[in-house]
Amino acid sequence: MHPTDFTIAGAVAALEEGIISAEELTRAHVAAIEALNPKVNALITVTAEQAVEAAKASDARRARGEAGPLEGIPLAIKDLFCTEGVQTTAGSKILEGFIPPYESTVTTQLKRDGAVFLGKANLDEFAMGSSNLTSAYGGVLNPWSRRNDPEARLVPGGSSGGSAAAVAARMVLGATGTDTGGSIRQPAAFCGIAGIKPTYGRCSRFGIVAYASSLDQAGPFARTVEDCAILLRSMAGFDPKDSTSADRPVPDFAAACGRSVKGLRIGVPREYHIDGMPAEIEKLWRQGLDWLREAGAEIVDISLPHAGYALPTYYIVAPAEASSNLARYDGVRFGLRAAEKDSDLRDLYERTRAAGFGPEVRRRIMIGTYVLSAGYYDAYYLKAQKVRALIARDFREAWSKVDAILAPATPSAAFAEGEGSDDPVQMYLNDVFTVTANLAGLPGLSVPAGLDPQGLPLGLQVLGRPFDEETVFAVGAAIERAADFKALPGMRAGA
Amino acid sequence: MSYTIEGETGAWELVIGLEVHAQVVSNAKLFSGAATEFGAEPNSQVSFIDAGFPGMLPVINRECVAQAVRTGLGLNAQVNLWSRFDRKNYFYADLPQGYQISQFAHPIIGTGQIDIELQDGSTKTIGITRLHLEQDAGKSLHDQHPTKSFIDLNRSGVALMEIVSEPDMRSPEEAGAYLTKLRQILRYLGTCDGNMEEGSMRADVNVSVRKAGEGYRTRCEVKNVNSIRFVMQAVEAEARRQIEVWESGGTVEQETRLFDTGRGITRSMRSKEDAHDYRYFPDPDLPPLVFEQSWVDALKAALPELPDQRRARYVADYGVTPYDAHVLTLEKETAAYYEAVAKGRDAKQAANWVMGDLFAAINRTKTSIAEPPVSAADLGALLDLMADNTLSGKLAKEVFEVMVETGRAPGLIVEERGLRQVTDTGAIEAVIDGVLAANADKVAEYKSGKDKLFGFFVGQTMKAMQGKGNPALVNDVLKKKLA
Repeated sequence: MHPTDFTIAGAVAALEEGIISAEELTRAHVAAIEALNPKVNALITVTAEQAVEAAKASDARRARGEAGPLEGIPLAIKDLFCTEGVQTTAGSKILEGFIPPYESTVTTQLKRDGAVFLGKANLDEFAMGSSNLTSAYGGVLNPWSRRNDPEARLVPGGSSGGSAAAVAARMVLGATGTDTGGSIRQPAAFCGIAGIKPTYGRCSRFGIVAYASSLDQAGPFARTVEDCAILLRSMAGFDPKDSTSADRPVPDFAAACGRSVKGLRIGVPREYHIDGMPAEIEKLWRQGLDWLREAGAEIVDISLPHAGYALPTYYIVAPAEASSNLARYDGVRFGLRAAEKDSDLRDLYERTRAAGFGPEVRRRIMIGTYVLSAGYYDAYYLKAQKVRALIARDFREAWSKVDAILAPATPSAAFAEGEGSDDPVQMYLNDVFTVTANLAGLPGLSVPAGLDPQGLPLGLQVLGRPFDEETVFAVGAAIERAADFKALPGMRAGA
Repeated sequence: MSYTIEGETGAWELVIGLEVHAQVVSNAKLFSGAATEFGAEPNSQVSFIDAGFPGMLPVINRECVAQAVRTGLGLNAQVNLWSRFDRKNYFYADLPQGYQISQFAHPIIGTGQIDIELQDGSTKTIGITRLHLEQDAGKSLHDQHPTKSFIDLNRSGVALMEIVSEPDMRSPEEAGAYLTKLRQILRYLGTCDGNMEEGSMRADVNVSVRKAGEGYRTRCEVKNVNSIRFVMQAVEAEARRQIEVWESGGTVEQETRLFDTGRGITRSMRSKEDAHDYRYFPDPDLPPLVFEQSWVDALKAALPELPDQRRARYVADYGVTPYDAHVLTLEKETAAYYEAVAKGRDAKQAANWVMGDLFAAINRTKTSIAEPPVSAADLGALLDLMADNTLSGKLAKEVFEVMVETGRAPGLIVEERGLRQVTDTGAIEAVIDGVLAANADKVAEYKSGKDKLFGFFVGQTMKAMQGKGNPALVNDVLKKKLA
């Protein structure tokens, strides 16, 4: 077995048993990155040397009997997490060369538990996008390809496209992502891997470059549901440095993956049957429900009356917060400064931000500025906040009838570069099934469950009650077992 | 008679409201752990949060919240158990985040009121509209380099209380008295040091004028006035400007102005059209600020005595006049000094010494009540030397001057310089006998009815005793001898 084919759980066991060392495991992945990254472009920054050193240190810790739960596990970190001493770009030119003097809480915890970081994963600029094509560092190639059109360059989804592609192509065993409107779940589905956005507040946002603060949430990618559970346990936890992080204990998520779904009530929201949804998505959804029924769960039709307003609501709230969050990129203290010799302050701002931000970021800053402006605030931002409250209420009512909800993760399989990716509205529709969980702060897991007629992976999404990731993992693991998803992307290490 | 300004078209009333920015006394900033000390090296008290670095998040400082609540209680105001922070968005080089975290829609403190004291002895109640917490911006330094501006972020993120008054003031004097009283309350509470020179208290002054019986006319805001005297001057200057505009047939436009202290006039800073659209919205990094009434009650129970209470106590317990009580309580350091002197002594005499000799000495030596030329203990000891007849009032004044000069204790000065007054009746009699013998003609005149000469004998006796005779005893003995 090639070392890059390990699951995290399997690698932990192999490392414990001395079948492989952390250094060997890391070197195998470094080799995979060197071979694949020039094509896939999943990592903006590769930290191979630091990774090998970290792996050696990990082996030494293990030898001293001080192994952490992720001891020696090679990971990629979305380039939205600030990493001390390692360039952090947020996929934007405006942060090119920015080397944070501090470490995000999530990555601090992963390091604490022994993980080895191989590099910083590509992403849509400031996490704004569903294709990874808005990155200032180039698009990411989806390791999967269409049967009848193998040359088509498929996108990995976004915004955490680099993270998902790196895990799918076996360049790393797992990766961190962030999910503001689907940025973990959609790329996970497009790349045929698992990814979870936990409950808002579960993971600290400290040290993560902010896109939309009330929606942003960190989460893991891995090739199995259990691996996601293992990573999330290390990433999660109360952080006094984030006022929105939740002060509650972190359960053993991996243990929950083995729980039976017998007797669980699984909701099927009727509003998620949207017009124009491809037949294969409908079919997969029905298939997923059948699997759960066979495993002993009860399927319950539910209604989320305001779900239809989720997408427009999201595209008001998120840009509004972004327009304010991104004001700090002004060329004064860090990152790009594009001033002429005789520039005054205003000119410095305008030149820096015009040169530093790509079109999608500029678009969202303008939308956000508009919806917060005097005279428009009530009609847009305030109205959106009210609708957001109604969406959250819909879910609260649903939880009295069901324990989890099953839905598609995306309205289609991965698309190719150019297929609508230049139409913002078309792009925004990718988030139709995912944004509700962000607006309501709920945990959502994407599980690979089947292939479309072109041989591309499709994902199902499990939503759960706030802070009940355990049930979400249990349901996700049940689907994973039933789906027995064995397909592999064409482009991968060891292939 | 209320205050008006006489224009060509008659008398104009003034309408004044103040927005005061008071820096909260706290060890750390409002949302970061960075220190707040004044006068530190530029950019030495800046956390990555204050500098607006990527991924940094604000966490509220509990002590700053407590200080705002204490202030609200001191202003007799409603304390809101639920409040919220908003972002005020604008670009400036000394605003690292591109927004100021403030409380726009839901302030921590609601309506309240304070009483101000006026020159004529009357008091007036001024309404408080609200108090909210917000973070300060950094400082732009434009005079350090010919073509560059430098930024000092030490102040960035420091907690401020913005205290907004109702438009209840009608004269420069009232505006000055309001600011004086507000500063006094904050300093008593220890929630703001009130140091206007260092910028820990600044006022935005809203002024409009009107004819008697009218509603409000358009107001202008004079920004960032940094002394009580300048506030009073700014009010008058701005009122006169507006009167001139109205009387010349113009219209006062709502705008933000600056007070030119050198020329004593206000000038336009930006008009309403140029006003920023701050795009306020709730800060998503901060949940609403919620606390229990029991916490407020505990803070209230631990509140120090406030100026109004202290003034009333001085009148009731020390028997000083309301005016003296007002003067003695203006600065809490003065009150502390006074109480140390008055305790167990003649409180009225103590008041006279503090407000008379001590204040004069402070002015003369350019010191302050916080670092006085004579300590309260020494002044108290001096009063004791008068009470036990060691010193006459006259001698005490002499001793006091030596105390100011040398900083030595009064007892030591009395011993060293032999200034102890003579209370030995025999010794006084002997001196008086000599004086009377040497002035037999004057004695005869006195006895024939020229009563005024009594003072002459007193003077001669004191002169002979180098001023050390106990005045009461000298009087007694003289009266007996001349009877």
